[in-house]
Amino acid sequence: MRIEQHPILQFHKGKKLKFTFNGEEVEGFEGETIAAALHAAGVKVLGRSLFLHRPRGFYCAIGNCSSCLMTVNGKANVKTCVTDLEEGMVVETQEGKGVII
Amino acid sequence: MKQAELLIIGGGPAGLCAAISAASSGANVLVAERNKNLGGQLVKQTHMFFGSEKQYASTRGIDITGILLNELSKYKENVEIMTDTTIVGMFEDGVVTALHKEDNYFKIKPDAVVVATGAFEKALAFPNNDLPGIYGAGAVQTLMNVYGVKPGNKVLMVGAGNIGLIVSYQLMQAGVEVSAILDAAPRIGGYLVHASKIRRMGVPILTSHTVKEAIGKEFLEKAIVCQVDDKFNQIEGTEIEFDVDVMCISVGLTPLNELLSMRGCQMKYVPQLSGIVPLRNENYETTIENVFAAGDTTGVEEASAAMVEGYLAGLCAAAKIGHMTDDFEERKNDYVKQLESLRSGPVGKHILSGIEQIVIKGEQYV
Repeated sequence: MRIEQHPILQFHKGKKLKFTFNGEEVEGFEGETIAAALHAAGVKVLGRSLFLHRPRGFYCAIGNCSSCLMTVNGKANVKTCVTDLEEGMVVETQEGKGVII
Repeated sequence: MKQAELLIIGGGPAGLCAAISAASSGANVLVAERNKNLGGQLVKQTHMFFGSEKQYASTRGIDITGILLNELSKYKENVEIMTDTTIVGMFEDGVVTALHKEDNYFKIKPDAVVVATGAFEKALAFPNNDLPGIYGAGAVQTLMNVYGVKPGNKVLMVGAGNIGLIVSYQLMQAGVEVSAILDAAPRIGGYLVHASKIRRMGVPILTSHTVKEAIGKEFLEKAIVCQVDDKFNQIEGTEIEFDVDVMCISVGLTPLNELLSMRGCQMKYVPQLSGIVPLRNENYETTIENVFAAGDTTGVEEASAAMVEGYLAGLCAAAKIGHMTDDFEERKNDYVKQLESLRSGPVGKHILSGIEQIVIKGEQYV
C-alpha cells in the first residue's frame, strides 16, 4: 500500500532492502522505518499487550507511545516507528516484556 | 562532562528558532534532537502556513525546516547540533544527561537551557480503542507524507480541528478515501477554509458525534458512531456504522513536559494550553533560573507561534547568560508583537486566557 502518485510530494525511495518478519522475507526501502516498511507490506499487528495479549499496532509514529515495540536482531523493546530499516534485519513480534540484559 | 553555554532541547520549529536567535546574539549553542532529522513535525506538514511573512505564511511546512537550517548555518562557529540524542534527565545541580544513539550516555553542564520538546497526540477513550488501525492523525501524516505509505483504504477521522481537517485533505491527496469526519463539539473547531475544501470533495463533517465503539479482532474492521447531546452524553438509537479499516484520532495534543517537571519547575494544569505547562515570566524563563521553555511544551498552539516563541526564548536566554545585544529591546518587542498578532483571532483569545494563568509578571531577570 504505497502512494504511487502525489500532487505535492515526490517520494525518493532508497535502495531495496530485504529483512524478515517472524521468519518470512519482506521487502522495504532504505531510509524508511521498520514500522513503515511493515505497514507497506500489510503488517498492522506489531505486538501483543503484556497482560491481555491484545494486538498492538503503532499509534504515534514519532517514538513517544511505545505501542510499536518489537524484537529486532534479538534485541527487545525496539521502537520500530523511529528505527531505520537495515538489510537483513530479523524483526519479530515481541511476546511479553522482553529481556534486555 | 560536555560544556555548553546554552543547551536547546529539541530541534523542531521552536528549538531551531531559539538556536538561531541565541547564536545570532553571540551565545555558544548546543542543540540536542532525539530524532535523526531536524525540523520536528514540520517534515510532514505539506500544507501552507497562515500568519504573516515573518512566520513563513504561504510556505509549506515541509519547506520551512530548510529555511531555518539555512539561517542557522550562518552561525557554524558557535552552533553544535547533535541528532539521535535524547535528553533523559535534568538535575538540581544543573547537570543534564543525554543518550546518543543506543548506548552512548554522557553529561552536559550548560549555563542555561531552552526546553523545546513539543507535544504529543492525545488518545480518546472508547471500547477497543487500542486496535491496530486506530492511529494518531499525526502518525498517519508521518506514514503518508514522510514514507509514502497509505494507512489503509477507508478512514474515519475523529476530530474536526485543523489537524483533523488538514490530514483528511492530505489523505485524499494520497488517494485514500475518507468516509467522514466527526467531532463531539457542536461546531467545527478548525478554520472554515479547510472545512469547506473537504466538504466540496463530498466528505461529510458530523458535528455532535462521537465514537461509540470500534469493532475488529486483530485490527479495525468497523466503527460505530453516535450522536451526543449538549452535555456530550451518547444518544441511544442514533448509531451509524462505518466500514473503515483506519480511524485517525485527532483530538488534540498535550505538552511533553517530563524534563521540566523533573527539573522541579512549577507546573500547572491549564486546559486552554492543553495540559500541564510550566509557570514562566515574560521572557519564557520558568521558575527555575536559567531554565527556559518555548513552543508546544509551554502550551499547544501552531508551529507559527512555536517559532516566534523560540526566537524570543533564545534571545532572552542568551541575554541572561551575558549575550545582551544592542537591539535586544527592539527584537524582543518585535517578537511580542508577532505573537500578539498570531493570537488575535478567536482561537488566540482562548490561548491568551490560558497564558494569563501561567505568566508571572514583573520577574524579569534580564
